[in-house]
Amino acid sequence: MSKVDQLNTGRVGSVKIMGRKILLSEFFVLYLTIFYLLVLFPFIPRVFSPYNIKNVLSNTWPLLVIAIGQTFVLITAGIDLSQTSVMALSSIFGAVIMTSEADPVLLSKSPLWGFMLTENGGLFSGSAAALPVGLLIMAAIGVAIGLINGFSVAKLRMPPFIVTLVTQMFFAAVAIWLSKSENIRHLPESFSRLGRGNIGPIPIALIIAVIIAVSAHLLMSRTLYGRRLYATGINPRAARISGVPTARIIIAAYALSGFCAAVGGILYSARLEQGRPTLGNTLLLDIIGANVIGGISLAGGKGKVLWTVFGVVFFIFLSNTLNLLNLKFFVIDIVKGMVILLAAILDVVRSQLALRYSGGKV
Amino acid sequence: MGTKLKFNNIRKHFFGVTALDGVSFEIEEKHTVGLIGENGAGKSTLMNILGGVLLPDDGDMSLDGEAYLPSNPRDAARMGVAFIHQELNLFTNLSIAENIYINSFPNLNKTPLIDKKKMNDSLKSLLKSLDLNYSPSTTVENLAPGERQLVEIAKALHSDAYLIIFDEPTTSLTARETEKLFTILKQLRSEGRTIIYISHILSEVKHITDNVIVLRDGKVTGSSETGSIEIPEMISRMVGRESDNLFPERSSKPNNSPILEVKGLSQPGIIGEVDFSVHEGEVLGVFGLMGSGRTEMARMLFGVDSYRSGSISIDGNPLPRNSPRSCIERGMAFVTEDRREEGLLMNVAITENIGLVSLPDYCRNLVKWVDAKRMNEEAGIIGDSLKLKASDIRRQPAMSLSGGNQQKVVIGKWLMKKPRLLIMDEPTRGIDVGAKYEVYSIMDRLAAENSGILFISSEIEELIGIADRIVVMSQGELVKVFEKKDFDVTALMAAAFREAVA
Repeated sequence: MSKVDQLNTGRVGSVKIMGRKILLSEFFVLYLTIFYLLVLFPFIPRVFSPYNIKNVLSNTWPLLVIAIGQTFVLITAGIDLSQTSVMALSSIFGAVIMTSEADPVLLSKSPLWGFMLTENGGLFSGSAAALPVGLLIMAAIGVAIGLINGFSVAKLRMPPFIVTLVTQMFFAAVAIWLSKSENIRHLPESFSRLGRGNIGPIPIALIIAVIIAVSAHLLMSRTLYGRRLYATGINPRAARISGVPTARIIIAAYALSGFCAAVGGILYSARLEQGRPTLGNTLLLDIIGANVIGGISLAGGKGKVLWTVFGVVFFIFLSNTLNLLNLKFFVIDIVKGMVILLAAILDVVRSQLALRYSGGKV
Repeated sequence: MGTKLKFNNIRKHFFGVTALDGVSFEIEEKHTVGLIGENGAGKSTLMNILGGVLLPDDGDMSLDGEAYLPSNPRDAARMGVAFIHQELNLFTNLSIAENIYINSFPNLNKTPLIDKKKMNDSLKSLLKSLDLNYSPSTTVENLAPGERQLVEIAKALHSDAYLIIFDEPTTSLTARETEKLFTILKQLRSEGRTIIYISHILSEVKHITDNVIVLRDGKVTGSSETGSIEIPEMISRMVGRESDNLFPERSSKPNNSPILEVKGLSQPGIIGEVDFSVHEGEVLGVFGLMGSGRTEMARMLFGVDSYRSGSISIDGNPLPRNSPRSCIERGMAFVTEDRREEGLLMNVAITENIGLVSLPDYCRNLVKWVDAKRMNEEAGIIGDSLKLKASDIRRQPAMSLSGGNQQKVVIGKWLMKKPRLLIMDEPTRGIDVGAKYEVYSIMDRLAAENSGILFISSEIEELIGIADRIVVMSQGELVKVFEKKDFDVTALMAAAFREAVA
């Protein structure tokens, strides 16, 4: 073998090893995002403009919160399709409690009209307690729907897909029924601030999202609940025999998912300054897609908050750049679908590689 | 008689680890050859090369005097080599005939439709010759494990295989089914077929084979006629040391204070009115054939399955009918029969597996923060005390270990909890002689620390070797209790087969 050949094979070898390292890295999706943006930058330089970055980030926070909730459920090998209906229902209930006036022309046919909602607004109209009570009720709705899901899955042993599909349909319909499909406006300024305001230079939504992400990360990686969550997702039978209260772990995961969806609903409603009965009804693809792209396994037992963060960032940039390219909405969805498919394939490739290099049987 | 199969200097490496290091031997035509060795000795690798699943790095094979190198299992099948795996590869949702014809469905008059009649008719006599009295259209899920194995054999015969590999065929068979399998093996041999028989149960190898090949660390360490090699020598060639003792000396005697007391435990159709107790420092053996209710009883004791009536108490305190969790809180531990499905988190690190049961003991404050450092250290100590063979127990997943070491991880996770009563259901199934000895030693050590052990097994020899008393179960009932002085293989067997004997 000549020297040149040796050099070449050496280089090919090291490129291969580098490639494998990148593919197996925890930060793979982050690298992918950066690579993707660098490739697109020459075509849409606007992508890095301060205005666009701000726009992208403001879209990131609520989706991140909701997607993290979904991650808990995915790790149990379940799925929560009802997150979007949690957003809608909590948005409507929060608004009904907090609004300071309601238009009888639009809302007098609502079943709530007359006792929870009048021309003078909702139950806590104008009261200083409107905000805390409103937020509490919104969060409680999320947790309650989550508990229904969790109980049905863990105790009644119903399939997660069906359970959450039904709660999705049911509660989304309830939200529309309660509001007669009308948006509820005139929410307190203090509420809107959550979605649009800043503390100093930092958006409040960012602070909320970071608090939730960090707490979720610590919960998953450092606490008893987290360890048991993974054990339940990987092998529920072995976990139960090892003393893991699997039913409670699963119920808690769905409750957390509902809670996160409600917080996401709060952030979106605050940004829109209204209670909206159709809030989130197109968001399901983004929530699940971001998780899958991040590498959270639908088969359960595998995933981290950090991965979800990367998945969300990638997904938001993907949507954003496709919009900037002025593509038709159906083209955007086609591309999004293909990217999710690609992510699923990559996930299989990566886990097989990881298995091979960790000494596992292939 | 000529040479059926010849291995010449076969080598195979996996990622730098040598699995086969120049294996050469010959197999005579129409012989039944036992292939034995510890887990990791290279048996499976060699058979996978023979079956076309793997390619050798070096060396060659010949079959019927001609060069043989199958590149996939179908190649091997075409050459008349059939491989009957330990975990049977049947589609339980399909019929017997469909399973046998899975690669070559006959067409109905050149249409794309399947000629079911032809398929079923052609198999009737074959099934009959194997004493499998079912219609070929019976769905496989309705068959018992032993009958399913006969379907695999029928499949091999149907493809006209003249070299058949059996990998641990008796692990899931009852004693009766095992007897039947041996009859069929003899029948196959008399038809002129060559058989390779892999097993950890050396008495079977001794009983059924003509020649024995011993592998250790990828090399042939023994090759002789079965008649001229005794079991102790087989073992010493497998483990590479003299081992006249298969069992450790018991270092302590049980005392009289009971730990576990079971009274009138019943679940209709499964077990009835079972009474027994396990004392401090005692290893209580439970012997029974498959289906005798021994596993079901263990699962009831540990709160996995429910029971209708009866009482269970630990150290005098009645156990509420509850969950495995409340049993663990009262000091019980349970090594289940199925370590893959019920024992391990396969793709999780070894230390995490060992720590799973004891996690709550390593938690601080309200949010239950896990002290991972302390947990990993203590899991490491457990691993060392069990002589766990792993390169990095904090990173290596459980699935990368051999069967014996996986079992040690399962045992380790319970030892970390310092159990008062350890229930072990077939703890030595499918693990090699060296690992078995270590499992027995662990039982002895635990008993010496005054814990009680309920040791369920279908191997009489190991029960006799290690237990203080043996109870025999049959058809869901406890038929007899044997004290140590009365231990006797025939008597135990007779008790287990009480229907047949009576």
